[in-house]
Amino acid sequence: MSDFEKKILEFKNRLNSTQDSKEIEAIRTDIFSKNGFINSQFKKLGSLSEDEKKTFASNINKAKQELLDILRSKATEVSDKDLNEKIKKEKIDVTLPEKEFKIGKIHPVSQVIDEISCIFSEIGFSVEEGPDVENDYNNFTALNTPEDHPAKDMHDTFYLDENMKTLLRTHTSPVQVRTMLKGKPPFKIIAPGRTYRSDSDQTHTPMFHQLEGLHIDKNINMGHLKGCLNYFIKEFFEVDKIKMRFRPSHFPFTEPSAEVDIGYRIENNKIIIGEGDKWLEILGCGMVHPNVLKNCKVDPKIYQGFAFGIGIDRLAMLKYGINDLRSFFECDYRWLNYYGFDPLDVPTNYRGLSK
Amino acid sequence: MKFTKDWLDVHLKTNKSESQIIQKLNSIGLEVEKVEPVKNELSDFIVAKIIKANKHPNADRLKLCDVDIGKKDTLKVVCGAPNARDGLLTIYAPPGSVIPKNGMKLEVSKIRGETSYGMLCSESELKLSNESEGIIDLNDKYKTKIGKSFFGEKKGKNVIELSITPNRPDCLGVRGIARDLSASNFGKLKEPRKSKVKKNIKHNLKIKIEKNKNQACSIFGSCIIKNIKNTESPGWLKNRILALGLRPISAVVDITNYVMFDLNRPLHAYDLDKIKNKITVRNSKKGESFKALDNKNYTLDKDMCVIADDEGLLGLGGIIGGERSGTEIHTKNILLESAYFDPTLIRKTAKKLDLNSDAKFRFERGVDPQSVTAGLDSAVELILEICGGEVSKLDVQQTKKFKDLEIKFDPKMVSKTVGTNININEIKKILSNLGFTVKTKGKFLNVKVPSWRPDIFGEIDLVEEVIRIIGFEKIKSIEPDKKRTKPTLNYFQKHFHLAQRSVASKGYLETITWSFTDEEINNKFKEKLESVKIVNPISSDLNVLRNSLYPNLIFYLEKNLKRGFGDQALFEIGPTFIGRKPGQQITVVCGIKKQFIDEDNNLKKNDLVDVFHIKKDLVQSLFELEIRKEDFKIEENTPSYYHPGISGSIVSKDGNLVLGYFGALHPKIISNTFGFEIFLENLVEYKAKNKKTKESLTFSDYQKSDRDFAFLVNKDTRAQDLTEVIQNIDKNLIKEIKIFDVYEGENIPSDKKSIALKVTIQSDHKTLNESDLTNISKKIVSTVEEKTGAKLRS
Repeated sequence: MSDFEKKILEFKNRLNSTQDSKEIEAIRTDIFSKNGFINSQFKKLGSLSEDEKKTFASNINKAKQELLDILRSKATEVSDKDLNEKIKKEKIDVTLPEKEFKIGKIHPVSQVIDEISCIFSEIGFSVEEGPDVENDYNNFTALNTPEDHPAKDMHDTFYLDENMKTLLRTHTSPVQVRTMLKGKPPFKIIAPGRTYRSDSDQTHTPMFHQLEGLHIDKNINMGHLKGCLNYFIKEFFEVDKIKMRFRPSHFPFTEPSAEVDIGYRIENNKIIIGEGDKWLEILGCGMVHPNVLKNCKVDPKIYQGFAFGIGIDRLAMLKYGINDLRSFFECDYRWLNYYGFDPLDVPTNYRGLSK
Repeated sequence: MKFTKDWLDVHLKTNKSESQIIQKLNSIGLEVEKVEPVKNELSDFIVAKIIKANKHPNADRLKLCDVDIGKKDTLKVVCGAPNARDGLLTIYAPPGSVIPKNGMKLEVSKIRGETSYGMLCSESELKLSNESEGIIDLNDKYKTKIGKSFFGEKKGKNVIELSITPNRPDCLGVRGIARDLSASNFGKLKEPRKSKVKKNIKHNLKIKIEKNKNQACSIFGSCIIKNIKNTESPGWLKNRILALGLRPISAVVDITNYVMFDLNRPLHAYDLDKIKNKITVRNSKKGESFKALDNKNYTLDKDMCVIADDEGLLGLGGIIGGERSGTEIHTKNILLESAYFDPTLIRKTAKKLDLNSDAKFRFERGVDPQSVTAGLDSAVELILEICGGEVSKLDVQQTKKFKDLEIKFDPKMVSKTVGTNININEIKKILSNLGFTVKTKGKFLNVKVPSWRPDIFGEIDLVEEVIRIIGFEKIKSIEPDKKRTKPTLNYFQKHFHLAQRSVASKGYLETITWSFTDEEINNKFKEKLESVKIVNPISSDLNVLRNSLYPNLIFYLEKNLKRGFGDQALFEIGPTFIGRKPGQQITVVCGIKKQFIDEDNNLKKNDLVDVFHIKKDLVQSLFELEIRKEDFKIEENTPSYYHPGISGSIVSKDGNLVLGYFGALHPKIISNTFGFEIFLENLVEYKAKNKKTKESLTFSDYQKSDRDFAFLVNKDTRAQDLTEVIQNIDKNLIKEIKIFDVYEGENIPSDKKSIALKVTIQSDHKTLNESDLTNISKKIVSTVEEKTGAKLRS
């Protein structure tokens, strides 16, 4: 065995016997570095004859390739072994709590307003708003409410002055007045918003939410009113069929006026909307009174149409099974988390209103 | 308004059942609120069980019983019967009930120092037999009936309660209801009975309506009835009075009440012998007072309508009678009044005195002025029948003529309003049946409105009458058009919607709180705004409109803390008020975050909230609302409710609009709590003025280089001042500036701090060589030193 072969065997033995990545690096240097074994052998070539040169060079190359292969496989073997050992030590108890991700919630009233806007958007209504503080004219007088109407009593309306001229609006209907006064017919709007009445008990809160609807054009009749509300209720409760009844009623600002009941039944303590033989009053509506149109500078001989008012909080209670109106405004952390909606859950026409 | 089917039968000949009638009433606008079994005089007597018959502490022969009457709690009743014992089933009479045997009305009373709530009855007391030895001993069958009326409620007999809308006073009388039903093909309205009573004696009491300004009374009809024998009402009348939820008093009083509910015609009976000389209907003088039938004294203002005699006031016209001239069981001679009072004036008076009565309820809604004599006739008939006596001729003083309104009515309006074709003959028939007089005049109808319908003013009211009787179910529903001509949300509303969801997505729970708040807390937040007081607040701690969203948010945050919820982030988007006039309100988004420091939880130690968290939430929301970093700057002046050193305002780049505030709330108000506000109108205004279309994206692929600088600056120098100066040196080359360290302390003068920043330099056109980079670096150092007084740290 030549020295050359001995040396190669020695390298092989060294590689075979080691399990240490640092030792492997040392061997690599010994063999392949500038002054390493392979280069030192190539240097010897100059002193050899042509024939010897050829044979020896081929031997060096062979040995180089062989050592390289062994080195690589050994390196892989050792690094795999090291990684496996490391992984073994890295065991983490993944049942520990995850990092908290705080996503907030949208209040059910806001969600329901978005749902409602979405439904009415589909049939061409746009959203209007009005101020919470109103004057007596827009809230009552323009809406054909007589000067001595019981609704104007101190115990129903919050007033901001002793003369009872500015007040917190008791309904969203003044938005009708504002909308008609600032524009020209046709009008096709909904107006959701805060409303206020001096009332506080199990089923009343001093502030609540209403949705106003108004559609005025040359030929809008009660058939349109029925169709519109029927469409809305069906879409809102996401049912195919809805049992609805229109009952004549009285509001100063509409004539004829009606209250709308929807059918329901109770099953396993849960309310099922749209069927059953019980009735639940959910909204008031009617044809806008000619006096209101006149007060809003709309000619009742040319234009007519309907208006409606719905309690938004009540719709939310019905749809999402919330029992207590007062809880809407109590800001209880648990309640907000439980009944609130994911902010990414935006009601849309193409995806549907609710998840 | 309450009535029974058999009462209705007095006016309506019908073969419809009670349940059919109830359904019909609902569909013609007379909403049925409740249907309840009829109560009679004996309904009060309840099956009860003695749970324990204790010895009365002060009397040997009395017992103090714990009695179960089917309610949650037992009652204490004192009883002297020898057979009162534990477990006995018997009959209980509550306070207020009248014992049939002696007509005694029970009251809560003390018997030998112990309070007794009602009484346990013997058979003789209930007139069941003559047995009076002990209280009734019921057998075991009654075990299941505890709490129920012993005599039971007559089957199938119900009181129907209607909720009558304020426009329909005519239906506050049974006859009005019958008329509506007959117009709906539910039977025939019976003709009123003609009075056969002979009115012989002389009406010798002088009555005069004074001509005052705002005189509420315009008709005063009356008659005198002499030599009556006032008595207990007969059974049928008592039952009707009981059905109304009233207590029978005497025949005369019961009859006036009966006529009121029968015809919507309030009457008043005076004891004629107590009236001095004559009756004057006049306006009151300030300070006049009288004792009314409700046993209360009323002191009047000027100009309230009173009925008076020579001695003083007899009553408040149309509202309540006086005690002095009230009838009693032994009253012999009476004056019966049937008058008309103006609704508005009645309402004003009653409101001022805070007085309510059945008569007032009717007069303020409108009583038929033509029913004065019909009402008298109806009552006279009954009084003579029950009490006997002789009647005078009717005396009617009238100061005003009432003319029935006539409306020229285009019947086509019905079809135009409802969208369904309605036959003209049907229209005419319905109106006639409702009491309107209808005459055809060419294409129009001449419609005369009956005097009992003060709610009918014009054509549209007639349309409603027709369609209400035909039934809304006959209107054909028209599918809505799915066409949109205007965007659903306007520019502002879109931002509202986005801001709401943007803040919620940062971990804040949306709340909705009252628009009003406690003035005391509001004062801490109102700054220079006026507080807008509510004249009649729902409670004294909700007495002003809020000038800020913080007061309520903090209130509820603290409430949640008390409930045990520490880490909280709440927000609200809604109005705050900057004045008391309509429209003086702005839309604010306000978020509030409280850190609950849990010393024991090592896992959460790195999550502590500081001002930069709240700033991050706010700034990120602004980005999402498309306010870009270069659109705003941070300033330090904030309202006084923020911690003066740990808060900032976000101001539009031009300095004109405050877009928001953020920071720690002032520790005097609440500790360790951070909040932010966004002023949505300002934000939207700023955006609308600076609308930019998004430029197409270009980016440079030439090599970029980072250069680090550390500047020594005065302690009060703000990082923003440095970055602004650097950015302005060359907006094309300087791509990014990142602050990576702020240092105070060792090796630095005590009034200085060091700010270290990394500037990224890149050209869009070439690879910058070493000398380019050196030049720009030099420029950065010299400009910063020159403009800010900073020194480069070596």
